[in-house]
Amino acid sequence: MSTVTAKPEASREAASEKDKWLRAYRQMVRIRLFEEQVNELYTRALMPGLAHLYSGEEAVAVGICEALRIDDYITSTHRGHGHCLAKGASPDRMFAELLGKEAGYCRGKGGSMHIADPATGNLGANAIVGGSVGIATGAAFASKRLGNGRVAVCFFGEGALGQGSLYEVMNLAQLWKLPVIYVCENNLYNEYTHYSETTAGTILGRAAAFGIETAAADGQDVRAVNEVATRLVKRARAGEGPAFLQADTYRYSGHHVGDINREYYRSKTEEQRWKTDRDPIKLQSNWLIEQRYADAAALEQITMEARAEMEAAVKFAVTAPYPSVDQVDEDIYA
Amino acid sequence: MPERELTFAQAVREALAEEMRRDSSVCIFGEDVAEAGTPFKVLSGLVEEFGAERVLDTPISEAGFTGIGVGAAMTGLRPVVDIMFGDFLTLTMDQMVNQAAKAHYMSGGHWKVPMVLRTTLGATRRSAAQHSQSLHAWFSHVPGLKVVLPSTPYDAKGLLKTAIRDENPVVFFEDKMMYKLKGQVPADDYTIPLGVADVKREGDDITLVATSSMVQVALGAAVLLEKEGISAEVVDPRTTWPLDEKTILDSVKKTSRVIVMDEGYGRYGVAAELAAVIAEGAFYDLDAPVKRMGAMHVPIPFSPPLEDVTVPTEETVYKAAKEMCAKS
Repeated sequence: MSTVTAKPEASREAASEKDKWLRAYRQMVRIRLFEEQVNELYTRALMPGLAHLYSGEEAVAVGICEALRIDDYITSTHRGHGHCLAKGASPDRMFAELLGKEAGYCRGKGGSMHIADPATGNLGANAIVGGSVGIATGAAFASKRLGNGRVAVCFFGEGALGQGSLYEVMNLAQLWKLPVIYVCENNLYNEYTHYSETTAGTILGRAAAFGIETAAADGQDVRAVNEVATRLVKRARAGEGPAFLQADTYRYSGHHVGDINREYYRSKTEEQRWKTDRDPIKLQSNWLIEQRYADAAALEQITMEARAEMEAAVKFAVTAPYPSVDQVDEDIYA
Repeated sequence: MPERELTFAQAVREALAEEMRRDSSVCIFGEDVAEAGTPFKVLSGLVEEFGAERVLDTPISEAGFTGIGVGAAMTGLRPVVDIMFGDFLTLTMDQMVNQAAKAHYMSGGHWKVPMVLRTTLGATRRSAAQHSQSLHAWFSHVPGLKVVLPSTPYDAKGLLKTAIRDENPVVFFEDKMMYKLKGQVPADDYTIPLGVADVKREGDDITLVATSSMVQVALGAAVLLEKEGISAEVVDPRTTWPLDEKTILDSVKKTSRVIVMDEGYGRYGVAAELAAVIAEGAFYDLDAPVKRMGAMHVPIPFSPPLEDVTVPTEETVYKAAKEMCAKS
């Protein structure tokens, strides 16, 4: 349908490539800086409850969500801030939710582990490990039945591999050829236990047993994740059925912010090695500079903008009012 | 309004068929729900009319397909999920209690879960401890769920249609011993609101508050009591949540004596809750302490003479009521 010659087409593609990977970089930086603010809020006792940081794993959420449409579905986990932001949630309403404020995504009733947002297809973060596998698969079932072309992505950590319901729904998803992608973020630790102590066999072997399409990606490489995700989303949307993606990654912080002394389950050397050699933001920034898509100053500008955005969002949340107490029994029933 | 006599099972099937004709988002899934029509044959004929895309056989994976029901309900369908025996509800608990019941509240009212979980309750079918329980109290305990306990074919059809149209997760319990019970059922579209009790029989001397399988027992006991000159009123709450406290309390205030009957375990159960509601709301109108009658606090045994003593019967209710009326 286009009458333009090949050359401008190619340069437009290059421009869109550049925009795409700069955008991915920006998204990862936004997540990292969001989590830095969470850590700050939590350690200053401004944030009630629990805080599970996504720092170190940004390339997974961003690589996947950049392959999705806004109306595609995701389900998230207790470590869900990255998924929510990557799918398009705005940080001000997220921080408001983290602080239990009425302006939050759940009007303060969900908190950090339950952010949900219909506008961005976020069916909700879930504080039961593996708790959302049914919901994601059910959303895929509805998409297929209604013919709306939506794909559902189910994020979970490798700790959820111990939950039997995952295998029940994978069996069904394959039988019914549902457009669902199971994304296993293998950050190596089930809370405080290395996954090798809890996981017999292989991770991909589990999905392969059902005949589900499997793929692995370096979870620190946003381009690698995105490339695989794009292929899996395309085939799911085309009616070719579910897929299972293993993304190997690393959780920089403890299981939650209060998990400070971690040496009984992993060494500081190991943590430092990932941060130095395998940081997804550094890897992407090096690549962008190599490709001449950006220089250091341009990337620093992105960071500064993201930092300002997060600071403003925190300010909004801190000053936002709590819900009035009479809202406590609202929305129990629709 | 043309009425015919239908069995309880036929009334349930008619409600499903009418709702599936009315609304293409209604679908059914569960174990052996399609060609088999369930072991109880309640769903026979539905797959033939609505096709395998709307009536889906699942693997034996209660947690998995209940979870799929939750997700499908959140995203545009109205699934009716079939759990063959109420005992298997244990396998769905995370999906119902942590997911379905909380999605609306936890999301600040953004997501809704309009699904129905249809299942069974009731003993005396010689099915032993893992196929005989009545676990509706567990779900009644959880905010965010609604719990329906029809006791007649008429109620079954009207309540199930309402449950399917409800925007919330509804657990719908059918007494499997009642599937052959016959009653008048209108052929046309009617619904019964959730949270409205029904006075199944009027009386002046004692109130029998009875749910599900116990309603027929209470009505039988009332006939026996009438021969003794005791006039019993039978109140069927029809739903344990929402609960129509007013109708129950009005009856108790009128009669001043009450037995609450429910086939779940009496301890910490629906009967216990109903007794507490009455104690709080009508204490000064009572001439005798509230009496609970529920399943005996034992796993349901297989051997017929043992099983038969675990649940209230017309005879045991009659005796208890007679004794209560004689005392004061």
